[in-house]
Amino acid sequence: MTGDAATILIVEDEPPIRRLLRTTLDVHDYRTLEAQSGAEALSALRHHRPDLVLLDLGLPDIDGLALIGKIRELGPVPIVVLSSRGDEAAKVQALDLGADDYVTKPFGADELLARIRAALRHRLQQQGADRGFTSDDLSVDLVRRLVKRGPEDIKLSPKEYDILEQLVIHAGKVLTHKHLLREVWRDESVDPQYLRVYVRQLRQKIEADPSTPRHVLTEPGVGYRLV
Amino acid sequence: MAGAPVETRPSPDALLKAAERESRGTFKIFFGAAPGVGKTYEMLTSARRRKDEGVDVVIGLVETHGRAETEAQRVGLEVVPRRQVEYRGTTLEEMDLDAILKRRPKLVLVDELAHSNAPGSRHPKRYLDVEELLAAGIDVYSTMNVQHVESLNDVVARITRIRVRETVPDSVVDQADEVELVDLTPNDLIARLGEGKVYVREQAQRALRHYFSPGNLTALRELALRRTAERVDEQMRSYMREHAIVGPWGAGERVIVCVDPGPDSANTVRAAKRTADGLDAELIALYVETDRHTLLSEVELTRLAEALRLAEQLGAEVARLPGRTVVEEVLAFARSRNATRVVVGKSRRSRWFELRHGSVVDALVRSGSGIAVEVAASSSDAPEPLGPIDWLFGAPRTIGPYFEGLLTTAVATGVGMVVDTYVRLPNVSLIFVVPVLVAAARHGLVPSLWVSLASVLSYNFFFLPPLYEFTISDPANVVALFFFMVVAVVASALGTRSRAQAQAARREARTTADLYAFSRKIAGVIELDDLLWIVVTHLARLLGAEVAILMPEKTPLEAGKLMVRAAFPPDGQLSDADLAAAHWSWDSERPTGKGTDTLPGGRWLFVPIRTSRSAIGVLGILPKAEAGELSAPERRLLEAVGNQAAVGIERVALAADIDQARIGAERERLRSAMLTSVSHDLRTPLASIIGALSSLQSYRDRYDVATRDELLGTALSEAERLDRFVGNLLDMTRLDAGVIVPKREAVEVGDLVSTTLRRAMPLLKDRQVSSHVAPDLPSLSLDFVLAEQTLFNLLDNAAKYSPPGGRIEIEARRAGERVEIAVRDEGPGIPPQALEQIFDKFYRADDGDRRRAGTGLGLAIARGFLEAHGGTIVARNRADRSGAEFVISYPAS
Repeated sequence: MTGDAATILIVEDEPPIRRLLRTTLDVHDYRTLEAQSGAEALSALRHHRPDLVLLDLGLPDIDGLALIGKIRELGPVPIVVLSSRGDEAAKVQALDLGADDYVTKPFGADELLARIRAALRHRLQQQGADRGFTSDDLSVDLVRRLVKRGPEDIKLSPKEYDILEQLVIHAGKVLTHKHLLREVWRDESVDPQYLRVYVRQLRQKIEADPSTPRHVLTEPGVGYRLV
Repeated sequence: MAGAPVETRPSPDALLKAAERESRGTFKIFFGAAPGVGKTYEMLTSARRRKDEGVDVVIGLVETHGRAETEAQRVGLEVVPRRQVEYRGTTLEEMDLDAILKRRPKLVLVDELAHSNAPGSRHPKRYLDVEELLAAGIDVYSTMNVQHVESLNDVVARITRIRVRETVPDSVVDQADEVELVDLTPNDLIARLGEGKVYVREQAQRALRHYFSPGNLTALRELALRRTAERVDEQMRSYMREHAIVGPWGAGERVIVCVDPGPDSANTVRAAKRTADGLDAELIALYVETDRHTLLSEVELTRLAEALRLAEQLGAEVARLPGRTVVEEVLAFARSRNATRVVVGKSRRSRWFELRHGSVVDALVRSGSGIAVEVAASSSDAPEPLGPIDWLFGAPRTIGPYFEGLLTTAVATGVGMVVDTYVRLPNVSLIFVVPVLVAAARHGLVPSLWVSLASVLSYNFFFLPPLYEFTISDPANVVALFFFMVVAVVASALGTRSRAQAQAARREARTTADLYAFSRKIAGVIELDDLLWIVVTHLARLLGAEVAILMPEKTPLEAGKLMVRAAFPPDGQLSDADLAAAHWSWDSERPTGKGTDTLPGGRWLFVPIRTSRSAIGVLGILPKAEAGELSAPERRLLEAVGNQAAVGIERVALAADIDQARIGAERERLRSAMLTSVSHDLRTPLASIIGALSSLQSYRDRYDVATRDELLGTALSEAERLDRFVGNLLDMTRLDAGVIVPKREAVEVGDLVSTTLRRAMPLLKDRQVSSHVAPDLPSLSLDFVLAEQTLFNLLDNAAKYSPPGGRIEIEARRAGERVEIAVRDEGPGIPPQALEQIFDKFYRADDGDRRRAGTGLGLAIARGFLEAHGGTIVARNRADRSGAEFVISYPAS
């Protein structure tokens, strides 16, 4: 990744956490920029065009959710939000406003790096670099619309496939119920109940043990994630 | 003494008093409106003059408070040394009474009459010392302020908002042979205060600034002037008595109220009190015992006693005089007491009675030259059973009953004729008794007499030969008709009496029913506000008035301030003046406002409500404008309801106190548990983390890789534990704050279990975990986040209490209309006595040496979250082997 190292803007007002993030990211060869406030963050975005923004929702000068909107106005840079447990509503709001993912504080380095990787990969996918998902027992080829569990082909209904397609496109990222309803049903007001029924059916088909899913994971109170 | 003016001889009492005075010392009081007007100075100046005249003057005790000019006046006067009194380690100086008595001067100066002596002195009060000096024939000069006069104490306290504890009874002041008013205008006094010439204790400085405001001083000065004027008046009366001069001289009002045993006597007394207050006059209640006194009924006697007691309560002097006629005695008494006004109750006697015995009012007016006679209005609806003659005048004033009487008589006549046609009834007249009784029972005496007359005429006309004439041929029939008439009248009387009794009984029953309904209504109420609401609405309905309950505020900021706690109509407003009246009622524990002797001009009547144990508050009544004051029965009802309300309020308050105490004890227990838990559970992981990190920082190079990993692993897992603990504290706080509202969604049990297991995996890494979810479980309507935390806490608990390598089982199954999720471990199980308590906050099954790391919150949170969903949790020990089993159960929606 040398030469092409991604630049990450850390927006966080707590110095110890900022230092921790910087150290962790430095070790993994990311370039880092730092901002302590919303104003600094917007200025850094304009001048340095980072590849990803790591955003703490609790900032001194501006509401973190409002800042997401402002960042989105500037461009499609991936945003990973830092939030705390018990605040699922804020997470969902952040995701619906355009954040790409969240990490719950306190977090381990592995989890943080996985989320950052997923978000950056998503950027590449959108540029057409990758059109599929492969793990030890599941492979999805979006170009040829093929889904395989181990060696066998799996037949999915159109809605099941559409859901899986969304999950694959955003693999590693959490997708809110709203996002899936919008992309699959083209209507956010559809009862999320349908979504749950289809996810259940999808798990029956692609998971080895549907009662203990390993790929389509529930993020309590937020949505689903494909890993 | 018939016809002779009363009191043309000196009264024996007066002469006796004068004789008594001869041997006593004379007593002079230097009287002032406020401290600092110069009483002591004036007293010393007078004393010096007396000394110059050659009088033997000594100073018994004078406080100059270091004022130079006063001090100067003292020079040259002999001082009797003060007595030293030891009291609780301090030495107090008191006047040496025995030394003065031994010294026997002609005149002794005793400052500050209201002073309380040090404990252990002969008399508790200085005025009693003075009394002894006077009795010994020594003249005394003393000083006092108007605020120290007992009867004015309340008034002064109201004006100045400072209550003086040391008072002098009015009788002592009245005894003084001379009262000299030491007067100073408020402005001069304030100037003196400014110059520091008024002695003020340091700690009282602030309070006294208010005390010495011009308004206060003016009011106090007026009080002092008036009190002195009263004194002068009293002297004038004494003079009149001693010199047998028949008054009145019209020099200061004195009002006499004639108390009678009638139903309105209490009202008359109150009215007289208002009159007296209005004139600023003294009130004397007089009852004249005539021959009739022995004939009074029990009710009347009680009423009389009540009226006299009321008069006493209202501060009136009470006199009972035996006499032949009321008028004569009243007038004689009025003249002897120099009264200018006599208040009598409105006569409720019949006109007939007055024709025979003469009206007291008329007689008073006729013979009482120079004396104004006032007739107090009667309360409108006193439920007095009608007296024998009043029946006549209690007759209905409409013609309906009389017409009805004629009709029933006609019917009786018709019936009589029909009966007469078929059966020869020996006495048809009996039929006519029926309409008479009907009229008596329905309309009272007069209509029934009217029917009697009609019946007699009809009987005569239609049934007694010669028929159809108002003449009677057979003399036997005359006798029969006469007895029929007698029977009709007696029947009328009896019927009417039973009607009156029935009415009285009905009224009584209604009152009783009202009270009973009220007591039943408040019996089960446990919320104070509900109770107060019932009281005000009930009273408002019974009395047709606006009602409010005021209770003292308990918050420290406005402690003691009365606040309206309930009112009907609820938007009723109390003005500041009303509130002041309520406060007065609360402070003095006396009814205040409309219809009472205090602030009778107010719109509201305030009655303090209290139990034998404590004062509760004040009940305010605003009668409807047209109704005026409350009638006596309404007052009685008000009192009865007030008493019941007070008991009810106290009951509720006691219950609340007990609850509060219980909550307080529980809170105390939680606080200490919390403190233990926080200090232990925050410190333990922090100690591990700091220990591990600090040794890594200092000795990194000496440790091999394995040791370093181990230390880092410890720090990390302890940090995670700390995180869980903080999370639990936050969850508990949210539960306690009651802000948890489940966001329900359809949840797959399998999804719930696997998601929870995924998060709990780090905790369970050394345990064997098996999960079994029954197929085809219905989805549950749950808040996924809360449900996941619940299950997580159970897994956390299982991991904590089971040995490494132990098995933890999760089983989800259907149980009727519910879905159960059981979590089993292979730990030591739960001590049976702890089964109930393990869901309590900060409880841990094995407190003590074998203390497990943990918060004591996990299970409490699990239960709290469950209950938010309508779920339940049960803890038990496993039957198959050692270990605990927790079963949570959700309704399958």
